[in-house]
Amino acid sequence: MESLSNKRKLIESKPLNFWERAYLPAIISGLSITMKHFFRKPVTISYPEEKREFSENFRGMHSLKRDENGKERCTACGLCALSCPAEAITMTAAERQKGEEHLYREEKYAAVYEINMLRCIFCGLCEEACPKEAIYLDGDIVPADYLRKDFIYGKDKLVEAPLNQ
Amino acid sequence: MELGDIIIKFILVVIIFAISLVVAMYSTYAERKIAAFFQDRIGPNRAGPWGILQPLCDGAKMFLKEEIIPTNASAFLFIAGPSLAILTACLGSAVIPWGQNIQIGSRVVELQVADINVGVLYIFGVVSLGVYGVMIGGWASNNKYSLLGAIRAASQNISYEISMGLSIIALLMLTGTLSLRELAAQQHDWHWNVLRQPLGFLLFIVCAFAETNRTPFDLPECETELVGGYHTEYSSMKLGFYLFAEYINMFISSAVMATLYWGGYNYPGMDWVLVHTGPTIGPLIGVAVLFAKIFLFIFFFMWVRWTIPRFRYDQLMDLGWKVLIPLAIANIVLTGLISNYL
Repeated sequence: MESLSNKRKLIESKPLNFWERAYLPAIISGLSITMKHFFRKPVTISYPEEKREFSENFRGMHSLKRDENGKERCTACGLCALSCPAEAITMTAAERQKGEEHLYREEKYAAVYEINMLRCIFCGLCEEACPKEAIYLDGDIVPADYLRKDFIYGKDKLVEAPLNQ
Repeated sequence: MELGDIIIKFILVVIIFAISLVVAMYSTYAERKIAAFFQDRIGPNRAGPWGILQPLCDGAKMFLKEEIIPTNASAFLFIAGPSLAILTACLGSAVIPWGQNIQIGSRVVELQVADINVGVLYIFGVVSLGVYGVMIGGWASNNKYSLLGAIRAASQNISYEISMGLSIIALLMLTGTLSLRELAAQQHDWHWNVLRQPLGFLLFIVCAFAETNRTPFDLPECETELVGGYHTEYSSMKLGFYLFAEYINMFISSAVMATLYWGGYNYPGMDWVLVHTGPTIGPLIGVAVLFAKIFLFIFFFMWVRWTIPRFRYDQLMDLGWKVLIPLAIANIVLTGLISNYL
């Protein structure tokens, strides 16, 4: 039959010769192969102590940014929550009071901002949706934990550290 | 036998028992570490420096696990199985000569628990009893996988015991003694039996792999086909006993191989060393040499385990009956011809 592609391969199965049937030479060559691996450097990266390099566009844990004066950029517009395909983000907006100008950049800010890290798929759409450049996924890997409720990260974990402290 | 001798024997028994348990314990660690090295990994390294406390943690874990006896299992036999397995595994160490007579103070101590004149037969007897632990455990579990594993273990051990026995006959024809003490003494300096019986040793080591249920002959517990083999239903320390028995078996069979074929505590130039180090330190060096040989064999066991895949069951039986037994008989005939006419 004419073959449809040139990928067809005829496999010959010859009967084994004496040395192949004796099995011992094969065992010895196998043992020498494993012995070579015995002295090879392990490829393991001991994770918490050693970390492998991330690529430049690695998306890790979110951080809520501050501007150059240390004020929070987020204005609780909700676009990130809207864009989130996993519905991981919730927030409550509040109005800036007198005397809080050094804390928040605009008149409106997020009083509560929570991301459920178990829902988040780290797609980065929130980052793209944000008009204020307030959220970036530039953090580390989100660490493991024991309880589901501990994976809901609030502002205490998300907001960048203040500038002069 | 006076009281002092009895006390010394008792101490010797305790020491040997402790050593075989510690060796078995650290064999589990060595197995994991060696497996890791063969696979370009690091292996356990969290418990203590380089993970050397890992066996202790594993032991503690085994003790703390829930103990389960299945409802339909025969409770008495279910407990008897692992006890028998570990008992028969430990018994073998009684006749192995660990070294030359050692002088402590004014007393000369024999480094062997019992010098019986049928030592080789004793070893074979104990080894063939070893199958009862597996057999009873597998049957008492009332689980078809356990039973299959147990049946495999029984038929495998019976088949390979024959060729093991035949391979040793050729050795006995040359040495003319069944006492392990004399066997070891005959191999003084470098007159190791492996030089006179290379084929016999090859047959013996293959059978030793089969008798200890190590890869490539680990069909009784082959996890890809039988869940866990004969110890599927076991948990907690009873499972620990089965695993422990396997490692003690490995230790004892390494010791037997070293004694029968690789000169036991003998090493080239031992007389010179004995004269220069005295009657206390000299024999201890011999003991160290024996242990070095044993550890090499244990390493070889593990090396093979992480290299060779498991046999299919019919291949196992083919190898046992159609290859090893004829070879062993040919070895006997050859040995007879050569020792008579050369």
